Amino acid sequence: MVFHLFIPIITPMIGGALAVLFNQQRLVARAIALISVLINLGYGLWLMSVVPATGPLVAQASGWFAPFGISLVVDGMSALMVMLAALLMLTTIIYSFYSIDEQREDHFYYPLLLLLLLGVSGAFLTGDLFNLYVWFEVLLVASFGLITLGGSRDQLEGGLKYVVLNLLGSTAFLAGCGLVYGFAGTLNMAHIAERMATLANPGLQTVLAGILLFAFGSKAAIVPLFFWLPSSYHTPPVAVTAIFSGLMTKVGVYALYRTFGLLFQNELATYGPWILLLAGLTMVIGVLGAVAQMNVRRILSFHIISQIGYSVMGLGLASAAGLAAGLVFTAHVMIVKMALFFIGGAAEQIYGTGDLKKMGGLARREPLLALFWFLGILSLAGIPPLSGFIGKLILLQVGVSQQAYLITAVAAGTSILTFFSMLKIWNEVFWKKSYDDVNRLPRVPFGLLAPGAALVILSVALGLLAGPLVDYNAIAGQQAFDRNVYITAVCGADGCEAVYRAALK
Amino acid sequence: MHRNELPPPNRLPSRSTPRDSALYDSLILRTVSRLMMPLLLLLSIYMLLRGHNLPGGGFIGGLLAASAIILQMVAFGPKTARRILPVNYLLLAAFGVFFGAIWGLPAMVAGLPYMQAFWLPEPIPGVGKLGTPVLFDIGVYLTVIGVTTKIALLLVEEPILFPLPAMKPSPVETEDGV
Repeated sequence: MVFHLFIPIITPMIGGALAVLFNQQRLVARAIALISVLINLGYGLWLMSVVPATGPLVAQASGWFAPFGISLVVDGMSALMVMLAALLMLTTIIYSFYSIDEQREDHFYYPLLLLLLLGVSGAFLTGDLFNLYVWFEVLLVASFGLITLGGSRDQLEGGLKYVVLNLLGSTAFLAGCGLVYGFAGTLNMAHIAERMATLANPGLQTVLAGILLFAFGSKAAIVPLFFWLPSSYHTPPVAVTAIFSGLMTKVGVYALYRTFGLLFQNELATYGPWILLLAGLTMVIGVLGAVAQMNVRRILSFHIISQIGYSVMGLGLASAAGLAAGLVFTAHVMIVKMALFFIGGAAEQIYGTGDLKKMGGLARREPLLALFWFLGILSLAGIPPLSGFIGKLILLQVGVSQQAYLITAVAAGTSILTFFSMLKIWNEVFWKKSYDDVNRLPRVPFGLLAPGAALVILSVALGLLAGPLVDYNAIAGQQAFDRNVYITAVCGADGCEAVYRAALK
Repeated sequence: MHRNELPPPNRLPSRSTPRDSALYDSLILRTVSRLMMPLLLLLSIYMLLRGHNLPGGGFIGGLLAASAIILQMVAFGPKTARRILPVNYLLLAAFGVFFGAIWGLPAMVAGLPYMQAFWLPEPIPGVGKLGTPVLFDIGVYLTVIGVTTKIALLLVEEPILFPLPAMKPSPVETEDGV
């Protein structure tokens, strides 16, 4: 029992409330947001340093023991995600200082960011299926606010699609949650996992797994369910798009890993090939969609979908090694994707438009920006020695070792298409000769360059020093795929069923 | 005045000016809502205090208190309602979240999980048992009042951007045959 496991949830909650109270004093609100995120980041780093050695850490909310109360469980995967969420939120807040207009700040921009962090951290920490649904709602409410804040026509149009399709996914999740409760009689994930292993009704389990696959798949934007993403992500301010790209779909991926790694591990054998098929389609369709676009953020939005394919591929390989590889890749893509959004957004801010045809020649004007962009796209495409290379290499290795040759080939081929499509932005924005005089463009402020640059440097560092990351994720993958460790950590050595029966007597 | 020349009823405020008159003009409603205001507020506090063991609690109590304010809004208009309780409801809600959240912290200081309850040993006559859950409930109470009332106020005070076409009274046969 670790009583301070609640810190990543409490900090953004109290911070968000304080930021609303002090909203008039802009500097105070900014400082509160910054401090809350720094606390979360520090705590996340501490979790990551502890969890590989100790195994999953558990806390029971207000002392109600599992499987009756709500458990908070942090294993390697959760710790990594909590840390990354705080890190990405930190860069977003710094980027927002320099790019968000005062009107948005007056209308509770920072409290909404903290609310988003609250929902995301809660979703990563919780060990209760219904509680996971609640955290999903919290982060969705925050994202609804962020995506429509400002209320321009584009934003409302994109926001409407975003809200409607996400509510569809949430409804499926809620229905799935209720059906799981009806089937297993419990909502504590450890207890569900235990009962799923003992209750013999394979057909029903398959259906339940399918419903949750649909629900989280629509959150993660895998292939037939991705339409909401490219039609809404380019409308809000760059900082909001960036944090969405870093967190929103990845929460869906995390939920997929958690449900299939823990609750429906038996079903993973059935669904594995289908998940691989979806993953392959997601990769290819995402990248082909990007080829057709002519707007910086729209191209990047389609790439989010394509990259989700890789993360889901890790799940489809249905092994601890597959999950570990998927986690390495997800961590890499969260960092690099946000960096590209920051840098592309800075270019967009310089030109006042995201239309590739109207941009050009930025490499001469802003060589530093161009350098970091180029490193970013190399990393995304998977060129050594950057982090993308490590992420993809491990995925492909696992794919080959499990004889999943087709998906491995698709994944490798998609990398080339990714690089091609990223080079299009490079050519149009940075390389081609501008029609106007480049020297008259405004310079990029340091605050718009720094967050993206820092993330790209982090990606380079992760590529050069890949050992710790890979080792960490190997342990995290094992923990995520080992049900007994999770159940023992939550309910004790005898398992949840024993605690349950003892309490009933 | 001739019936057909009556000014249109109070459903066509001018563009972009918020409404500031009663939503429903009725002597009975005004009289009753004056009487109900203190009763509803008392009931809400009663609900708040009994909530941690019996049906009730901060959420229900908050809804009751908010409904008392909304009733004033319906009977007298939003301006009057604002005058009765002159607070910034959004800040009230934020303060409620803050207030509710901090009362989970003493447990963490004591090395227990967040929100673990501490109680006074003896119940206080007339109030009942007191402890951190009651304080947490007060936070919920304030939040619910703030959010619910704020939403209601926003809806009522929203300028009507697209007014319905003027309701033309259908020609009525009157006694003088005009």
